[in-house]
Amino acid sequence: MNTSATYSEIVKTADGIPLKVSLAKAQRKSKIRGMLLVLPLFAFILLTFFVPIFDMLFRSIENQLVPEIMQNSSKLLVNWDDQSGELPPEEVFAAAKLDFEKGHAERTILRVGRRLNYEVPGFASLFRKTARRAKDFEPPFTEAFIERDKRWGEIDTWKLIKRESGAFTISYYFAALDLSYAPDGSIGIKGETQRIYLKLFWRTLALSGLITFLCLILAYPIAHLLSTLPLRISNLLMIMVLLPFWTSLLVRTTSWIALLQQEGVINDLLVGLGLITDDGRLAMIHNAAGTIIAMTHILLPFMVLPLYSIMKTIPPSYMRAAKNLGATPMVAFIRVYFPNTVSGIGAGCILVFIISIGYYITPALVGGTDGTLISNFIAYHMSVSLNWGLAAALGVILLVIVLMLYYLYDRVVGIDKMKFA
Amino acid sequence: MALPAYTSPGERVWFYTYRIFCGLVFFFLIAPIIVIIPLSFNAVPFFSFTEEMLTFDPAGYSLRWYNDFFTNSNWQGAVRNSVIIAFFSTIIATFLGTVAALGLSRSDMPFKSTIMGLLISPMIVPLIISAAGMYFFYSQVGLQGTFLGVILAHTALGTPFVVITVTATLSGFDQVLVRSAASLGANPTTTFFRIIVPLILPGVISGALFAFITSFDEVVVVLFVGSYEQRTIPWQMFSGIREQISPTILAVATMLVCVSIALLTVLELLRRRSERLRGMTPQ
Repeated sequence: MNTSATYSEIVKTADGIPLKVSLAKAQRKSKIRGMLLVLPLFAFILLTFFVPIFDMLFRSIENQLVPEIMQNSSKLLVNWDDQSGELPPEEVFAAAKLDFEKGHAERTILRVGRRLNYEVPGFASLFRKTARRAKDFEPPFTEAFIERDKRWGEIDTWKLIKRESGAFTISYYFAALDLSYAPDGSIGIKGETQRIYLKLFWRTLALSGLITFLCLILAYPIAHLLSTLPLRISNLLMIMVLLPFWTSLLVRTTSWIALLQQEGVINDLLVGLGLITDDGRLAMIHNAAGTIIAMTHILLPFMVLPLYSIMKTIPPSYMRAAKNLGATPMVAFIRVYFPNTVSGIGAGCILVFIISIGYYITPALVGGTDGTLISNFIAYHMSVSLNWGLAAALGVILLVIVLMLYYLYDRVVGIDKMKFA
Repeated sequence: MALPAYTSPGERVWFYTYRIFCGLVFFFLIAPIIVIIPLSFNAVPFFSFTEEMLTFDPAGYSLRWYNDFFTNSNWQGAVRNSVIIAFFSTIIATFLGTVAALGLSRSDMPFKSTIMGLLISPMIVPLIISAAGMYFFYSQVGLQGTFLGVILAHTALGTPFVVITVTATLSGFDQVLVRSAASLGANPTTTFFRIIVPLILPGVISGALFAFITSFDEVVVVLFVGSYEQRTIPWQMFSGIREQISPTILAVATMLVCVSIALLTVLELLRRRSERLRGMTPQ
């Protein structure tokens, strides 16, 4: 039979190459072309965004300062057994003398003091005091150091230097999680009064949770209204949601300052109505209340929009059918309407929660002291206390929390479903 | 939506409570934005309505804060910087983002969702973390406190919006049109400029608008990566609120509200055009 013979033959293109090979080649080419299109942006994001983030990760554990500047003594300290109950040998003190002398001349030793001061307060002054006289120290150096300051005769001092003389440290994470080394080097949680960051993380999570809840309560009814009204009216009302969404967040924060402050619009109105006295003006700003009110307003559109897009897809006939089958409006809502909106609620809540735990500007301007969030402390350590390592460690912890939430968001909605306006 | 005649009194009460609640929420959304507009015409440096303003006495109103804005070199510098930074970062972001979206929309693109996830991550990571990372890194390479540094940072923050909007436009793009163009003798370049570009243009423009507004509105990164020399309008507003709060900020805020209204209108027109082009009926 003629046909079977043609089928068994390899199909070839016009230039004699088997079709299969030719096709594979064309597909590979097309794939490469696609990759080449993505490559420029990928390289750009890598350099301007990912490298800085990895740099921050690295900075949160790197500890080059101590081993670099105290190079002689830190090398010798490795061999010293800090559990022996004895001070390091004389040669360590001799090496430390060299480090202090050199560090004083190059004006670098005080940076080590400041670095160790993060761990145990008092090290900055100890280093300053010692560095000034180090060049006059005479052997035996052990005695010379102890004479200058008796802390050099304490084993805990040397334990700390030994601990922090590695190239990497986890002490920034310890600080960020309120963990501390007891003087003997064992690990424990800080005392109730000294816990700053755990409290701050809890406050950030609690305030974000509250803001998310408030947004949900306010957004659900209006999303429902928008999705059920005739398009002409709902489009008009939608502007009331979209205009705040598109307005600069600083504008919105500014207007909340104008509204909420002691001499502001709301207090003036309440005094004018005689509801409060002139000296009983409410403190609604520069505290947690200010953060909650302003952030609820700012994040509300992020809740309305996902809820609206889900509610839009629920046919009105569902509710009619439920009522027709004898359900009261309440039962129809709980058993029919509400379950259909759960994915929208999930999307909106996770989105609002994620945005609010990383919020910086609004809490910084209206939060006062008890309305500030974790990001305000990151900024504080970046630009005021200059403890960059701690800022980086706090940032990494925040990033991990946010990425876990995004993973959740991706499972619930899918990141590629994200839309604007 | 009138209530039918057979509604019970309970339902009636519930219906009006619900409507009133919705009305209050809309008021909560819009009032803070509206209220700053009259406040910006205040004749005295207060953040509240004065006696004269409430009685509509012309003496209570003035343009002095607008005048201050247009004569103050801090603000004029901020406007100039904002426009320069937003302009360049929008151009770069739109170009890189559109090209990448074209690649990502090809059906044979491997690891599509992973790459997409990585490319849009600047939008996901909280700004304070991006700002911290960029601040540390850009300081080391000498980009901190330079226009280039701020432009690069804003470009990185703006590209996810371009990628997402253009990819969304391309998902409704009919690939048959490309093949038809090719079969009619157009080479890939001609096809691109004569067929693809006109169809995805609304998506590209709205992506560019998003990128522009991201840069124009961004304050956290510019606070750290920039310095006084690179002060933008939000930078100036932020430091203004922190230091000496003057109603000039309200005048700026009012003008920015007008800008966002204009922007909203443009986006809505683009959306309608895009729907019309795809053969959907505009709402």
